[in-house]
Amino acid sequence: MAITPPANRLWWNEPVERTEALWIGIALLWAVIMFVMMPYWHIYGQQNLSTEAYKISPDAYTEKVEAFVEKYKIREEGDTGIPVVKPPAGADIYMLGRLWEWYPILELEKGKQYRFHLSSVDWLHGFSIQPTNINLQVHPGYEMVLNMTPTESGEFGVVCNEFCGIGHHTMLGKIYVK
Amino acid sequence: MAATHEYRVCPDTGFKIDLQADKLIKWNAVTAIVFLLIGGFFGLMVALTRWPTVHLLPADWFYLALTAHGVDILLVWIIFFEMALLYFASSVLLQSRLPMPKVGWFAYWLMLVGALLGNVVILQGESSVMFTSYVPMKADPLFYVALLLFAVGALIVCFLFFATLVVAKSEKTYEGSLPLVTFGAMVAAIIAVYTIASGAVILIPTLLWSLGLISHIDSLMYKVIWWGMGHSSQQINVSAHVAVWYAGAAVVFGAKPISEKVCRMAFLLYILFLQLASAHHLLVEPGLSAEYKIFNTSYAFYLAVFGSMVHGLTVPGSIELAQRRRGYTKGLFEWLRKAPWGNPAFVGIFLSIIIFGFVGGISGVVLGTEQLNLIMHNTIYVPGHFHGTVAGGTTLAFMALCYWLVPVLFRREIWAPKLAQWFPWLFGLGITGIALFQMGAGTLGVSRRHWDMTFADAPLSYDYPAAAHLLMAANGVSAVIASIAGAIFCLQMVLTLLIGKKREGAVPVASDAAEGLTGHGHGAGLAVPGTFVLALVFLTSFVLYYFVNWKYLSEIWLLS
Ligand code: HEM
Ligand SMILES: [Cu+2]
Ligand SMILES: [Cu+2]
Repeated sequence: MAITPPANRLWWNEPVERTEALWIGIALLWAVIMFVMMPYWHIYGQQNLSTEAYKISPDAYTEKVEAFVEKYKIREEGDTGIPVVKPPAGADIYMLGRLWEWYPILELEKGKQYRFHLSSVDWLHGFSIQPTNINLQVHPGYEMVLNMTPTESGEFGVVCNEFCGIGHHTMLGKIYVK
Repeated sequence: MAATHEYRVCPDTGFKIDLQADKLIKWNAVTAIVFLLIGGFFGLMVALTRWPTVHLLPADWFYLALTAHGVDILLVWIIFFEMALLYFASSVLLQSRLPMPKVGWFAYWLMLVGALLGNVVILQGESSVMFTSYVPMKADPLFYVALLLFAVGALIVCFLFFATLVVAKSEKTYEGSLPLVTFGAMVAAIIAVYTIASGAVILIPTLLWSLGLISHIDSLMYKVIWWGMGHSSQQINVSAHVAVWYAGAAVVFGAKPISEKVCRMAFLLYILFLQLASAHHLLVEPGLSAEYKIFNTSYAFYLAVFGSMVHGLTVPGSIELAQRRRGYTKGLFEWLRKAPWGNPAFVGIFLSIIIFGFVGGISGVVLGTEQLNLIMHNTIYVPGHFHGTVAGGTTLAFMALCYWLVPVLFRREIWAPKLAQWFPWLFGLGITGIALFQMGAGTLGVSRRHWDMTFADAPLSYDYPAAAHLLMAANGVSAVIASIAGAIFCLQMVLTLLIGKKREGAVPVASDAAEGLTGHGHGAGLAVPGTFVLALVFLTSFVLYYFVNWKYLSEIWLLS
């Protein structure tokens, strides 16, 4: 029994039973398939996370974002005072997470690729575009850069999905895709 | 030395039990159950808050309760119970004296003080940082002190476990190799040493930082090392509950492994790859290379997952084999139909295997796939997944074992045995509901650790689909069911100790109908065809669900 020492002292000489052998073969094959799927998707898939990232101080990042907003701001969102920014297709675009907002609001074009920069200037935040459901982790001091192409138009919410203190559930941003 | 040890002989198992080990097992297990009750209560509060129309707690209490739920249930309940298991698997199963029982008590008090301090600090409200305590969010320094005290206590028990193995070996208390259950417990203990070391490496500087002695801790480095502890420690839980599965199969059916070699190899894989898979939690972080993520997240080539798939076959397989030897040989499933469905130890373990495999296991692999993580990271899919592993798998297995272990150790009959028959079904149902509904809501993008999915206080607005609200309500209902079941369990265990009928005589553990016969499975055909069919059903669900998620992924925006 499993709670007593093996009855057969030379248990390692026992042959492996057929069901087990079969299952081991199947499970190993499945493990290999699952492993291969990841490099396969890097080559043929269109949803891969870039590994481009830079160390940057919160102040330097804020400066870059402010310059970006100044350059491409088209209006403010309702009476919230939050700037809405419309960069040209292909541009470098920026978003910043801080307690407790995603700044600024972006207006993008469907089917156009952008170089998207993302960082936090205080704590960890979770960048979550809804309802398309893309989720990225945002660290202070690290600027993540990825190529992003919106494939559908509409109004998208940017939820913060990393706990960031008592205002966490009010941290909501927006992206328009036209 | 040995002369100072007193023993009693267990009438049920015939084992000679060191009284000090006996007492340590009881105290650790009972303490664990008390914290399960506390942690479960906080879980219910959290779930009722996340039920949109109930929305029970205010925001600050919600985050406090969520921190307490994580700490009390994932750390305190599970680890205290694992300490009891370590004493059981070493001193009791090897029928050895427990060396240095005073050290065992010292460790117990250290852990208890850590656990109590942790609760006090969390309740004071300045440490609602979640059990992960990611920097740069700061908790009260005593929060880190509490975790460290608890961890050091657990580390000491691991060393006591190894010491007992050495003593048993040198005093020749058993012949041949370690029992499989002890072997599994040893794997858990080895992993525990590694993870507690990682925990210390990161929590000590964090403590100094919270005291102002260190000015900066890099948040990415914190996460990498923290999950070296956090993820690997889940491998402790898996090893421990797989050992419990084997133990349950042994005491209920007298089952023995189909082949020792295969089971032990599967356990060994856990050790070989234990340091990997922390990347499960880092798949969408900035700046980590794809090669590192793929290699790490898949435990090399999914070899630890492979190990679990093997246990998933061999545990029910050993039960099928034992039942067939008893004569239940008709068709594929007579062995299963004729299983003791009124025995909570068996039913609990059976459901634990099913929930761990189908719900926790499959979702875990999907979640841990590099690109698929993009559509799930930090959504409530994640808690959905781990309620399948650590609540439906580990916790249910431990609870099921209690229905056997408590009467054996305390020599009392379970209070209200009829109620006990209901327990595993109710708890299994509730936890499966929690897991599946949270996974469903996560697929619709609902965030984890989030007080208000309506964003009522936010300057901007976003509406989740109505289905997401419905799923969170269903999660709340499931949480009520699981909590009722959890309360039944805690109540039964406590009342059994206090007023359970004293047992006379013995209920011997099952013995294998054909112990000694080794000629199984050597003829043509499969020895355990029923289990093999179940395994194929599992594999089919796995493959389908895995590729459905790649399909979802292919529909999101393009990223490169
Ligand atoms: C009565 C049973 C239980 C209920 C009702 C329950 C409910 C919940 C809910 C609603 C959440 C919050 C999800 C979120 O908002 O992010 C949660 C989180 C969690 N639960 Fe449970 N749970 C139960 C049992 C367990 C058990 C047995 C374990 C482990 C042994 C467990 C471990 C956890 C952990 C680790 C978290 C994450 C905490 C965090 O995000 O910091 N739960 N639970
Ligand atoms: Cu945030
Ligand atoms: Cu947040």
